[in-house]
Amino acid sequence: MKSLEELAAIRNKMKDRVAIRENNGDIRIVVGMATCGIAAGARPVLNAFVEEVRKQHADNATVTQTGCIGMCRLEPIVEVFEGGKERVTYVKVKPAMVPRIVKEHILGGKPITEYTIGAAE
Amino acid sequence: MKELSLNILDIVQNSISAEASLIEILLAETDETLRITIKDDGRGMSPEFLATVMDPFSTTRKTRKVGMGIPLFKLAAEQTGGELTITSRTRDMSPEDHGTVISAFFYKNHMDFTPLGDVVSTLISLIQGCPDVDFLFEHELPNGEMVHLDTREMREALGDEIPLNSFEVLEWARESLNEQYGF
Repeated sequence: MKSLEELAAIRNKMKDRVAIRENNGDIRIVVGMATCGIAAGARPVLNAFVEEVRKQHADNATVTQTGCIGMCRLEPIVEVFEGGKERVTYVKVKPAMVPRIVKEHILGGKPITEYTIGAAE
Repeated sequence: MKELSLNILDIVQNSISAEASLIEILLAETDETLRITIKDDGRGMSPEFLATVMDPFSTTRKTRKVGMGIPLFKLAAEQTGGELTITSRTRDMSPEDHGTVISAFFYKNHMDFTPLGDVVSTLISLIQGCPDVDFLFEHELPNGEMVHLDTREMREALGDEIPLNSFEVLEWARESLNEQYGF
C-alpha cells in the first residue's frame, strides 16, 4: 500500500524544484468547473490538461479551475491567459483535443483557431 | 449527471465557495444502499436560503446564485426511492460549529440508480483545484473495508513548501486510492 513515507520522499525530491517553478507560471489554463461544465465533461478535460502539461514539460503553464463562465451550452470551456496576449477561449473541449492545445498553443504559441469560440459561433 | 461522482464534484464546489477549510466526503455502502454525506465547516446557509437551494424554480429571479447542483443531486437520490437532506448552520447561528451537511441516500438496485462512477478522479480534481482546502474522504465498501484519504495527513508528511496540487502528489493520491479500491 502507498505510504505517507513516500510523500516525505517526494518532498525531498521536489524541494529544490518548487522555488524555480514559482517564477515560471506565465500561462494560465483555466477550466470551467461549475454544474454546467461538470455535466458536459469538464472533469476528464481538467485531468487531461494536468497530465499533458506534465508530459510535454510545459513548465511555464499552470492549470486552474473556475466557476460558470456564462456560456453553458458551449461547455466544457477552457480559457488560456498569457501575459500581454489576448485571452483565448476554447469551447466544447474534449480530452482528445488537449495534447494538441498544449503542443501547438501552450508550447508553440499558436492558438488552435478551429477549437475556439470564434469558430463555434 | 452521468455519475454520482460528478454530483459530488459539483456539490463540493458549494463548500469551497462557502470558504470551508475542511470538507468531508463520506460514503457508506451496503449491497443494497449507498449514503453520500458531504460535510463542511463553511459559512453555512440561513433557513430562508436553504429553502431556495432545494427548489430553485419556486424562487424569484433575485436568487441567481442558486444553481441546479443540489436539485440534480436530490433528484438522483429520490428517483431511486431515496432522499436528500440538508442541515446548515451559519456563523451567526452557531459560531463554534457552523457549516453544511448534505446527505443523500440511494437504493442501488433501483433501475434509476445512477452509478457512483470515478470517485477517484473527483477527489483528484478537487485537490488539484483547491490545494489549500483539506479533504477527508472515507468510503465504507459493502464488504466492510474502508477506503481512506486525508489531506491533513498528506500535508503533515509534505511540509509547507510542497503544494498538494503538485503533479507527483496528485499521482500519489490517485495511486493510493486505486490501490485501496483494488484497481
